[in-house]
Amino acid sequence: MSASPFPHRHLLGLAGLHPWEITYLLDEAEQWVTLNRGTAKHDGRLAGLTQMNAFFEASTRTLLSFEVAGKRLGADVVNMAVAQSSVKKGETLIDTAITLNAMRADVMVIRHDRSGAVHLIADKVNCPVLNAGDGRHEHPTQGLLDALTIRRRKGRIEGLVVAICGDVLHSRVARSNIHALTTLGAEVRVVGPPTLLPAGVERMGAQRFTDFDAGLDGADVVMMLRVQRERMDGALVPSAREFHALYGLTHKRVERAAPDALVMHPGPMNRGVEIDSAVADDPVRSAITEQVEMGVAVRMACLDVLTRERRGIAA
Amino acid sequence: MRPLAILGGRLVDPRAGSVQPGNLLIVDRRIAAVGDFDVPAEAERIDASGLLVTPGLVDVGSFAIDLPAFVAGGITRAALMPDQSPPLDHAALVQRAAQAGKPDVWVHPIAAGTKALAGRELAEIGLMRAAGAVAVATGRGWIADSGVMLRLLGYASALDLPVIAHAEDGSLTAGAVATDGETATRLGLPAAPAAAEAMAVARDLMLAEEAGAAIHFRQITTARAFDLVRAAKRRGVRVTCGITPAHLFLSDQAIGPFRTFARLSPPLREEADRLAAIEAVRDGTVDLICSGHDPQGPEAKRLPFADAEPGMAGAATLLTLSLALVRDGVIALPRLFDLLSTAPARLLGLPGGGLDVGDEADLLLVDEGAPWRIDSDRMAGAAGNTPFDALPVQGRVVRTIKGGVALN
Repeated sequence: MSASPFPHRHLLGLAGLHPWEITYLLDEAEQWVTLNRGTAKHDGRLAGLTQMNAFFEASTRTLLSFEVAGKRLGADVVNMAVAQSSVKKGETLIDTAITLNAMRADVMVIRHDRSGAVHLIADKVNCPVLNAGDGRHEHPTQGLLDALTIRRRKGRIEGLVVAICGDVLHSRVARSNIHALTTLGAEVRVVGPPTLLPAGVERMGAQRFTDFDAGLDGADVVMMLRVQRERMDGALVPSAREFHALYGLTHKRVERAAPDALVMHPGPMNRGVEIDSAVADDPVRSAITEQVEMGVAVRMACLDVLTRERRGIAA
Repeated sequence: MRPLAILGGRLVDPRAGSVQPGNLLIVDRRIAAVGDFDVPAEAERIDASGLLVTPGLVDVGSFAIDLPAFVAGGITRAALMPDQSPPLDHAALVQRAAQAGKPDVWVHPIAAGTKALAGRELAEIGLMRAAGAVAVATGRGWIADSGVMLRLLGYASALDLPVIAHAEDGSLTAGAVATDGETATRLGLPAAPAAAEAMAVARDLMLAEEAGAAIHFRQITTARAFDLVRAAKRRGVRVTCGITPAHLFLSDQAIGPFRTFARLSPPLREEADRLAAIEAVRDGTVDLICSGHDPQGPEAKRLPFADAEPGMAGAATLLTLSLALVRDGVIALPRLFDLLSTAPARLLGLPGGGLDVGDEADLLLVDEGAPWRIDSDRMAGAAGNTPFDALPVQGRVVRTIKGGVALN
């Protein structure tokens, strides 16, 4: 009897995963990077399976990435983009989940604007559920694709200094990255104005910096987060202009990081606010387009691994 | 009605501070004799050997009239929060609520301090008092306007009604569903600092002192707020405070992973605050333990955490959970029943809360060692939204006797 290398029914978050489980998913993704770079980008292993992407919150890139991933593996991919108003008016989340379940999905990919909403659905359905982002809680495939990007560029994750910068408070990307990177042995810093850093983040294993320059000092990876414009109207940050002055990543600022520091951003970017175009488009430092590429590969790996039991494959 | 003799139990008398074997005789709804007496030949007899005989519980601040839960939990008088639909801000509504439980469990309405509980204009407190209101409350929320709160305290004080306050500074807690800290951050839940409670308590204590009024904080749950109450008591402020078993036995870790039954108001706190709450029970800072009974069905709880309603069904498990304080050596049995019965009766000016001859015969027979398991699917009452689901517990109410009549 051999234990499965990834013995979980769902992927709801990266919190609590063992380092070898995360590494296994990253290793599995490598083959898909290779396939995706070839001309015939197709593998039929999910043929006949129905993948339902239920996005209760607007998304372009993540939805597209999951759709491409599923199609390249041969799944029948169905997208349910929910106009937020119709769901709010109509049936409850659980009723929606039961409806999708009755249509016999083989795997569900779910995004929702409330923390914990994907857990709620996962409890009610018979198929594996992949969290594509729930509120401020987690966005596990983003954490995995960031880890894969770093590992491929730097050759390792253990021992690296990673600065996660900007609106950490509202960011599920930050949380999944903190879990993944600390689990894999990186030194993680969170950097931002005190109004955008969550309480108790140190106890998740991250160091807290409110001084951007100090947080960047010697960092091997600088991961910028998107700051939503409506949060820069005086409630949490005085203005976009001030945010850029204090926490915007400019060419000058990035010099504080390690000489070969990698610059990342989960997208979509506010150019000129949290990151300058000169940095985002820097052909040497910037890994931003590579992150998008790794996203498809990581999602293919997750779809493959989570549907193995259903396909009668042991491990 | 035939006299009722309860024989062979151990009598828990919170006023005397004693637990002694003895018999108890009820005649005409009142306690007629305690200790050794000749049992009248016509009396009905209840064998209470192996059981505690205690005063019935008086619960300050239930959000629903839930008789099955009250009877199962041993609550013989329940003070009803004004947060009803519509809110209890009118004498007629108060009068109707006051009749709702009789004759089984008596419901004592708490009047809304302000019209529609909006925190702006004083409600007709005097008329509601005449209709049976036993106290005045701010409701689920805090009154943000200090001027309104000061006037409410002064006005209620002149009518000899205590003001029951919810202690959370609303400008800090707006939109929050948890306490700031590691758990809320991990779960990605909007959270407010625990200091929001101490800030509300500090202001309200000052206003109560200014008005010379009696104030009762329905739930105090943080170390810093206990410190404020402790100090205020020392300088003679007429302040009392309560707590529910949830804040005594659970920390905010209980909300993970997104357990909406553990979404409470105020929210669960960090472990250090929980330990401070136990200490505040031990040293007498806490005056009473209440159920905070707020039954919520699945349509209010089977939602994403931040969308779910706060509140727990607490009436049926109030005594059972509180008994752990005795087993853990925090307090003795008579003190527990002071917290659950005598002190709340005193706060609201109600009869009951004792085992003296002449007292109304609101009594419980309690098997303090009986083991059972809390099951949210099979709880007595309107709903089973308990954060203690599946917890093995000890102690249960065997009989609830109201005015000399056994209800179960």
